[in-house]
Amino acid sequence: MKSFLSPGTSHKIMNSVLIFSGVLTISVLVIILAFILIEGLPAIDLEFIFGGVKDQGRSGGIFPVIVSSLYVTLISVLIAAPLGVGAAIYVVEYAENRKLVNIIRFGAETLASIPSIVFGLFGFAFFVMFLKMGWSVFSAGLVLAIMAIPTIFQVVEVSLRSVPSTYKEGSYGLGATKWQTICNVILPAAIPGIVTGIILAMTRAISEAAAVMYTVGSSVSMPISMFDPGRPLPLHLYILATEGISLQNAFATAAVLVIIVMVITFLTNYFTQRYQNKMMGNL
Amino acid sequence: MYRITAEHLNTYFGDAHILKDISLKVAENTVMALIGPSGCGKSTFLRSINRMNDLIASFKLEGTLLLDGNDIYSKNMDVVDLRRRVGMVFQKPNPFPKSIFENVAYGLRIHGNDDEDYIAQRVEESLKSAAIWDEVKDKLDQSALGLSGGQQQRLCIARTIANNPEVILMDEPCSALDPISTLKIEDLIHELKKDYTIVIVTHNMQQASRVSDFTSFFLNGELIESEKTEKLFVSPKEKKTEEYITGRFG
Ligand SMILES: Nc1ncnc2c1ncn2[C@@H]1O[C@H](COP(=O)(O)OP(=O)(O)OP(=O)(O)O)[C@@H](O)[C@H]1O
Ligand SMILES: [Mg+2]
Repeated sequence: MKSFLSPGTSHKIMNSVLIFSGVLTISVLVIILAFILIEGLPAIDLEFIFGGVKDQGRSGGIFPVIVSSLYVTLISVLIAAPLGVGAAIYVVEYAENRKLVNIIRFGAETLASIPSIVFGLFGFAFFVMFLKMGWSVFSAGLVLAIMAIPTIFQVVEVSLRSVPSTYKEGSYGLGATKWQTICNVILPAAIPGIVTGIILAMTRAISEAAAVMYTVGSSVSMPISMFDPGRPLPLHLYILATEGISLQNAFATAAVLVIIVMVITFLTNYFTQRYQNKMMGNL
Repeated sequence: MYRITAEHLNTYFGDAHILKDISLKVAENTVMALIGPSGCGKSTFLRSINRMNDLIASFKLEGTLLLDGNDIYSKNMDVVDLRRRVGMVFQKPNPFPKSIFENVAYGLRIHGNDDEDYIAQRVEESLKSAAIWDEVKDKLDQSALGLSGGQQQRLCIARTIANNPEVILMDEPCSALDPISTLKIEDLIHELKKDYTIVIVTHNMQQASRVSDFTSFFLNGELIESEKTEKLFVSPKEKKTEEYITGRFG
């Protein structure tokens, strides 16, 4: 077949297309970040970070909002991490029934694909109303945990499977039991993947508005007990913007959220990379 | 005295009959080399001795396999203790992604030792026995994965020795190594023979004749001939053995 373009030309065109899409992706990221930071940063000062919400958010700060966010996120991770990691260990190391493994995987994929607002609605019906937990950081934390489990499970499963089987053989060959092998060889080797999975779930949980909307209430006072209501950052941001309370403070809240997520991501990358290097002898 | 005795040993992976009626003895403090073409069952035999084949669900074994006269496959055999007594060195060096020290200490720790002084002393002794102490003594806390392939393999031998085994199984321990590292391991095998009984699989005839006292030739799951090494290589009884060692097939 005769081609319209010489190989050299089509190569050049493909190259430009790929570079263009790469540049476009980065630009979108930079533009969004710059926009939020430029709009938001000027309103951020110590009073904004450490002050209470005043006049529904028109003035004052967002300290209880930040605390609410960290509270629900922490609860969700504390519940989801052991369950997600445990399920992954079970599936990779223990489950002998292929069918059961496939069902668990299918369940995780399905859970992961349900829109977060549906989780929110479920959380309202089940935790808030049926179990009478009320609008609380605990109810919201539980909903976020349910959403986080499949993410953690999926990432950890992959990282457990990528631990070379030669490590396992070495351990069994020395007389280690299965449990000793899991604890002393497999988990340490998979730590970077496990941490990445947990942090990914965490940054999603902290950014979630829809799932907490019906479960956490919208109280701007400081949540102390797990059964106090609260108002995490994304929800505050949503309310400020949709109710036309203060677009300026909405951007400032968004900026705080973005910065928290970036700091978490950056720190984890840094430490997992260091751990990896030390483990692999590149240090 | 015989460390390892196989009598009419048959093994299967599912329906596939792999080892066929193997009877073989390995005397204490000798080196037994297993040779034979790829797929003839050398690794399967080796891995039957420390029950590593148990990890494969379809594995089945018939006949007798004894360690110091005790049935390896009896119900009373403690697999954890068996694998401590029968160490294994693998084809590809497989140190754990831990420090050099912790690699060697691993076996001690999983078998319940928590006396750090004793562990440190055993780690040093084992690294010395494996002829790698001088190369690593200043970096015991660095990752074992930073060592060269040959050093990693000697570390794996040290890791095995730390368990104070009676038998060391080696499955082509040099096949991933350069000639110099290979010679070092071969020298080491000569040293280790004084204290341990060694069964080594190798594809290298020169290696078999350099390191072993006895050699067994496997073909298609059958043991064709097992003899003193010099005898087997100089005047094999079986025609098939002769064809194999002279390189006419395999
Ligand atoms: N896990 C397994 N499941 C099924 N069959 C297996 C398994 N491991 C090995 N076999 C089969 O058993 C036979 C013997 O394999 P084995 O690994 O013992 O050979 P080998 O002599 O060590 O070969 P090589 O020199 O290539 O290492 C081969 O036919 C192989 O396909
Ligand atoms: Mg083999």
